[in-house]
Amino acid sequence: MAAVNVCVAGAGTIGSLLAAHLGRVADVSVLVRREEHARALNRDGLRVSGRADFTARVTAAVDPAELPEPELVIVACKGSDLEAVADRLVGEFAGATLMTIQNGLGAEEIVAARGPWPILSSVTFMSGTRHSDTHVEYVLDTATWIGPYRATTAGSASAVAQLLVSSGLKAESYADLRPAQWSKLIFNATVNGVAALTGLPHDHHFAEEPVGPLVHALMEEGKAAAAGACVVLAEDPWEMNVFATQRGFRHSPSMLEDVRAQRPTEVELINGSLVRAAQANGVPVPLHEAVYALVRGKERSYS
Amino acid sequence: MRVCIVGCGAVGSLFAANLAQLDDVEVWAYDASREHVAAINATGLRLSGAGEVIGRLTATADAAELPPCDFGIVATKAMHTDSAVAATAHAFTDGYVATVQNGLGNEETIAKHVERVIRGTTFPAGKIVAPGHVQWDVKGDTTLGPYDDRTPLDEVQRLADACTRGGMPCAAVADARGPQWRKVIFNASTNPIGALTGLTHGRVCERPDLRGLVSGLVDEGTAVAAAQGIELDADPEALIDHAAKPEVAYGHKASMLQDVEARRQTEIDYLNGGIVRFGKEHGVQTPLNQAIWALVKGVEQSWQQ
Repeated sequence: MAAVNVCVAGAGTIGSLLAAHLGRVADVSVLVRREEHARALNRDGLRVSGRADFTARVTAAVDPAELPEPELVIVACKGSDLEAVADRLVGEFAGATLMTIQNGLGAEEIVAARGPWPILSSVTFMSGTRHSDTHVEYVLDTATWIGPYRATTAGSASAVAQLLVSSGLKAESYADLRPAQWSKLIFNATVNGVAALTGLPHDHHFAEEPVGPLVHALMEEGKAAAAGACVVLAEDPWEMNVFATQRGFRHSPSMLEDVRAQRPTEVELINGSLVRAAQANGVPVPLHEAVYALVRGKERSYS
Repeated sequence: MRVCIVGCGAVGSLFAANLAQLDDVEVWAYDASREHVAAINATGLRLSGAGEVIGRLTATADAAELPPCDFGIVATKAMHTDSAVAATAHAFTDGYVATVQNGLGNEETIAKHVERVIRGTTFPAGKIVAPGHVQWDVKGDTTLGPYDDRTPLDEVQRLADACTRGGMPCAAVADARGPQWRKVIFNASTNPIGALTGLTHGRVCERPDLRGLVSGLVDEGTAVAAAQGIELDADPEALIDHAAKPEVAYGHKASMLQDVEARRQTEIDYLNGGIVRFGKEHGVQTPLNQAIWALVKGVEQSWQQ
């Protein structure tokens, strides 16, 4: 059987982890933004260290037209880059199914507005550290969850999950991804927001006085917002938080890394989408509104 | 009249140097900084900026040296009230102790150590530029009032008159809680927003979402004051908008932002933390003040990593 052709659009941490692993079981191409990044990947391949140790061959380019026609495109860029990446996919890859994997809500809509592709939703809990254009460290080997979004089925979600599993990653498929997506949204909006504002990595402080009760109150607001959107959560985000803080591993959430480096954050897709969804359903979320306003204010302080 | 300034930082120095101008007032200062104390004793306490003053007074870092005083004026940062007043209480056995500190709860802390307490709130500001030398940035009024019925208003008036004669305009009122809560609500609703975002006062106020958060904090603080029968002497919202004007304090970095940038412990426990505590005592919900308190406490914890 011929290998599947997969394109990974965006080679940050998550994109690099996906591209390298899939490179072991599929023909993988990578769409990147910078010429030197494409050259380095074509020359050196993509190295994974940490939870795994191997180097995968990939084909990289900055122009989608230079890449082979894929059956599956994983749009793996950061949420803050999504509109720009999606714009470059307009008119490309007519035969492919596209899968989004960004944090927050609304990535699917952004991609769907730019072409008629069948679309899968996904959320990922894996994490890593990007050491260079061609080297990513695989840190947390937690799962990616996949579900249908537009013109796709539970069966197509399951096929992509199996492909990820065969490549050495963890993945599961669901007939309805929203319960998982909302669990992660509430968890992310709270943990990323509080970490970015306090400077605390996600550790025991998030389950203890004085910060823990605020984290809990934000989770409760988020759960009310999910109920208002008629979503029955897959996992309790407060329990996810307590479990994560007991790992004995002080993870710096991406939004904390972003404000430390004075980069734009994913606050719009994460906190903004939670606040907007709650407001649309008439659910009051004053604490999330406060965190959202404060992180946006912090971004303004860079200049 | 003998007055001892407890905590001779920027604000304490403004009171000390100005009161020392009066022939009928003997001024002492108790401060933990030995360099500051030595400079004051050697060459006097110098103010420059909004006023040029040199005050002759006796400073000490050893509380045991203090003689009995008629009045104390406590001007430490709020987190040092307890230790500073515990150390100096012996000098005020027959006297009155006023606070001109930021925040809520200072009177209660002082009353644990001395019999007669004067509530106060003050607006002048400055900064120490060198030992014995304070830059006087802003002139402003001080309001004093009895903490409870153990302090007669006449005695408050005596201290207020001395401050006014010395060049620090000061009013004695029967209930000083209105000005105190107005200042606390102003500070608690704006300072931590600057500290958490890194934005100046004016830039906070020009963002509708942050300005809305500021109003939410003001509303909670006003409700807690109202539940105690306290009438604010001015509308905090109007003061906040006034301060945001380019010619007033648009570019001002809140003192709490300066504290956070220098990784110094903030006064959050006495501002938003105080509003939360008084709110609990009087059955008023303060979720936004509680959230802001927790975030700034988290910032302080992040420095210990």
